[in-house]
Amino acid sequence: MPVFSEQNRTEDMTQILSIQGLTKTFGSKKVVDDVSFDVGTGEVLGFLGPNGAGKSTTMKMIVGFLTPTSGTAIVHGHDVSRDPLAVKASVGYLPEGAPAYPDMTPLAFLGFIAGVRGFDGAERRARVERVVEMTRIQEVSRQPIETLSKGFKRRVGLAQSLLHDPDILILDEPTDGLDPNQKQVVRDLIRDMGKEKCIVISTHILEEVDAVCTRAMIIASGKVMADASPAELKAQSGSGDLDEVFRKVTANA
Amino acid sequence: MRNISLVFKREFAAYFATPLAYIFIVIFLALAGVLTFRLGGFLGREQADLVPFFEFHPWLYLFLVPALSMRLWAEERRLGTIELFLTLPISMTEAVVGKFLAAWAFTATAVALTFPMWLTVNYLGNPDNGVILASYMGSLLMAGAYLAVGSMISALTKNQVIAFVVTTSVCFILTLAGSPTVLEFFSSWAPANVVQAIGNFGFLPHFQSIQRGVIDLRDLIFFGSVIIVALIANAIIVDWRKAF
Repeated sequence: MPVFSEQNRTEDMTQILSIQGLTKTFGSKKVVDDVSFDVGTGEVLGFLGPNGAGKSTTMKMIVGFLTPTSGTAIVHGHDVSRDPLAVKASVGYLPEGAPAYPDMTPLAFLGFIAGVRGFDGAERRARVERVVEMTRIQEVSRQPIETLSKGFKRRVGLAQSLLHDPDILILDEPTDGLDPNQKQVVRDLIRDMGKEKCIVISTHILEEVDAVCTRAMIIASGKVMADASPAELKAQSGSGDLDEVFRKVTANA
Repeated sequence: MRNISLVFKREFAAYFATPLAYIFIVIFLALAGVLTFRLGGFLGREQADLVPFFEFHPWLYLFLVPALSMRLWAEERRLGTIELFLTLPISMTEAVVGKFLAAWAFTATAVALTFPMWLTVNYLGNPDNGVILASYMGSLLMAGAYLAVGSMISALTKNQVIAFVVTTSVCFILTLAGSPTVLEFFSSWAPANVVQAIGNFGFLPHFQSIQRGVIDLRDLIFFGSVIIVALIANAIIVDWRKAF
């Protein structure tokens, strides 16, 4: 039972992220199957789907980590298969599991990333300080990342993606492993930034879609099964329950 | 250049973030000393040169260089940081070269710390310091070749122990490719030009001629080519296997 929004919601917005027929096969298995969509500024798009649905693989192709089998992503007018460096420079990306160098402190780690992003001296320090405040990691900023709790590690990863104040953020499970208070902090941050940025997050927590997303996309077996606002999705089920829609849509996949 | 230097600094500092750097340097210096004085008979020879010291460098590198190169890519893979690293606006060349140079600079630091050996021989006699300088350069160039091969192998796995063992084995073959044992094995059945080609691939003869103080362009080109070819292969492997 595919659910798609009636109106073409993004027509009047600036299209800064355009996914065109993205497909990825590993061996004989199609992990992502002809996925196309556009996202504009002011949108927070939530990728929903069961584990192994192709959410992370899609994100990895958008940011130029994996090469698509076919199709491409256009980010800020740059085709990721032709000019991956331009795409990497303009996107903020939080990989799944928020990997970071365990022997570095958050300050050293963020300093390194800020350097690679082209900032030096006072500007670099100011950028690092800004994201440390935004993600509220001041208290742990001088201890090795390997000693941090899962929640802090996740926020260090988030901080890293925000250093260059990108217009486009791709966040793979940004709230995974956070306690309810930390989740609230990160969700508020995403919702806030979503007003002037284009954000794509992946999650398997349905309440999160309700809490932060302006648009939800259900992905199963590499295909887009639904693409609508959370409210529209809920209207599809009699009970107004997102869980029910999710189960219905992904049941046959 | 900017990105190479940023990657270089991060990698170089990473060696010193764990005890690895200090353990490596202490063991390198201790082994170099033991081999030179005991096996090499440095004092008994009564000759003012560092031949017994440099002679053992290939064998020292054989076990110690893979310990430095094994983490270069395997660790990024295991930690998942490779996904972060390769989605930063850094080109593959900058990433590979930055990491390699950091490992090489670290090796150079360890080798430079053998300077008391040079002081000793100058105190005891009048050695040809030109030959010693050439030997140091040759030794470093050879270490670079071992490191480049090790970095390439490190890119194949997420297991550092596997990277270590495979690198040691491959470097062992590369070291000995020009030795009589290997050449005799091949000369019994392979055509003469093949045997010669294999012989030319050995690290030892190239190092030995530099060590004699003869800086032959061909030897420099040999080690330089090994480094460049291994690093190109390294970049291709990282690109090919990054998803696994």
